[in-house]
Amino acid sequence: MSNPLGLWRRWWARRQQRYAPYLFISPFYILFFAFGLFPIGFSLVLSFHSWRAVGGLETMRWIGLENYRFLLTDPWFWQSLGNTLVLLVISGLPQHLIALPLAFLLNRRLPPRLRHLYSASYFFPYITSTVAISLVFGTIFGLHYGILNQLLEYLASAPWSRWLFGWLEGYLPINWLGKAVYIKPAIAIVVLWHWFGWNTILYLAGLQTIPREVFEAAKVDGANVWHEFWHISLPLLRPIIFFAVTMTIIGNMQLFDEPFILTGGTGGPGRAGMTVAIYLYRTAFEWTQMGVAAAMSWLLFVSIGVLSLLNYLLLGRAALARRGEE
Amino acid sequence: MYLLLSLVAVVTVFPFYWMFILATQAPAEIFRTPPHLWFGRSGAENYHALIRALPTFWRNMWNSIYVAIMATLTTLFFCSLGGYAFAMYDFKYKNQLFALMIATMMIPPLLGIVPYYIMMSWLGWIDKPRALYVPSMASAFGIFLLRQYIAAAVPRELLDAARIDGCSEFRIYWNIVLPLIRPGLATLGIVTFVGSWNNFLGALVVLRSREAYTLPVALRSLQGLYTTDWGAIMLGTALSILPILVVFLFASRRIIAAFAAGAGLKQ
Repeated sequence: MSNPLGLWRRWWARRQQRYAPYLFISPFYILFFAFGLFPIGFSLVLSFHSWRAVGGLETMRWIGLENYRFLLTDPWFWQSLGNTLVLLVISGLPQHLIALPLAFLLNRRLPPRLRHLYSASYFFPYITSTVAISLVFGTIFGLHYGILNQLLEYLASAPWSRWLFGWLEGYLPINWLGKAVYIKPAIAIVVLWHWFGWNTILYLAGLQTIPREVFEAAKVDGANVWHEFWHISLPLLRPIIFFAVTMTIIGNMQLFDEPFILTGGTGGPGRAGMTVAIYLYRTAFEWTQMGVAAAMSWLLFVSIGVLSLLNYLLLGRAALARRGEE
Repeated sequence: MYLLLSLVAVVTVFPFYWMFILATQAPAEIFRTPPHLWFGRSGAENYHALIRALPTFWRNMWNSIYVAIMATLTTLFFCSLGGYAFAMYDFKYKNQLFALMIATMMIPPLLGIVPYYIMMSWLGWIDKPRALYVPSMASAFGIFLLRQYIAAAVPRELLDAARIDGCSEFRIYWNIVLPLIRPGLATLGIVTFVGSWNNFLGALVVLRSREAYTLPVALRSLQGLYTTDWGAIMLGTALSILPILVVFLFASRRIIAAFAAGAGLKQ
């Protein structure tokens, strides 16, 4: 094997083994630099400039913190941030309050096929297009002929359900998408419907890692269903709850698709459904105020960071410490 | 307990049922009390109304399919390559590079949306499908997912044996690693395809002409234009959901497992 070709081949084999991994991972770093890091840096620079995007880069004008000052005194910005936070709570909290008991029930002794049928039907909304489901809910929320109002009207007048739904009569038909007070609940219903199944699957996966014997031992000790849920499942699920809540915060703070479609791209009457993401989109692409929009994206980023930190302090620290002990 | 579980299932599935019902009803049937809860006979008319309002419908469907397939293939290729390198090689700065990659997953996508549009117009990629799949084709999430999978599924001895036989590093990846990680690829492929199929904000920002729209943007464009004919809009919506629905009916276990595995890793 002392011919030059063999030597060269062995040399090459050793070389390529050393450099191949760098070559294999390079696409990520090249793409991240071009389409991740550069845009972020550019948006930071842009946020200190006034730029309408119609001219070239030379029409960018340095204005320091003016965009931030404008936004922090802009009632529309605060309103959109308020809307986003309200939507985060009224669509995010019920997601978990529904998903946790549902996952607990699914984890009890059920025929496996039935369990799968239930979880599949809860899960399906999660993988359908938010635009499609928002359009469907647009018809469901219709004022006079929407199926939801017709159902509520029936429930409010039928003899068997009157006692429970009768009080609604004065409010019907509810103008879900046409009146400012009802827009947020309408959006929250769609978001809740879209996401609760996903959280249910996450919690179910978490519960399935708890050994059956734990529940059985508790039963022997005389624990009832409520105890099983409250004292066994919930504490053991804490790390997953922390993760799921974090995902809800990050996702809902950037909520765009559902309110955008339900309000026809505007934010609705009184801008009651205008989230920060929609305001950002309109600022950049309707009013071409690129600098203001860039500053807004940074303010949103900071608020996501603050909320995530709060969540960590409230839920995460204890959950992760517990995990460390084990 | 069964009552509660079933009630939730009915509430969850009802909007889909309702979408298909309305898609077959004429306006006169849709706008009546009490509502008609079964299929109508106006599916064909709704289809004609849909094509009248949105002549590019099938073109938009094709765009969605094309972008989703390209996104899936490129993601699978670049992520398995990167995942393979992180799982099977020891190299300098590996841990730092890996940590950096994981850190990029924390960046909310909305942060880059304004520069994304500006860059795409500089590159001349407005209205081009590649604007939608190129930026994310080597996603940190995908590399991470496949790294974990490869580390568990591929024995190192196999690779060393191949090296002694004179296999090049890329051939090892292509001929040995890829066939071994098919289930991992399926997981990432499902998540990527669905994500691309449903992508709205990105498509809304970079697709400006009707011919270039993907389905979500095309359906959205119907909204303001044609608000009264809900049957036609629902038919378009139903057709846009149908591919995902059909695949889900056949592979729901696998799809749910794929998304759960993705989330499990992110934790």
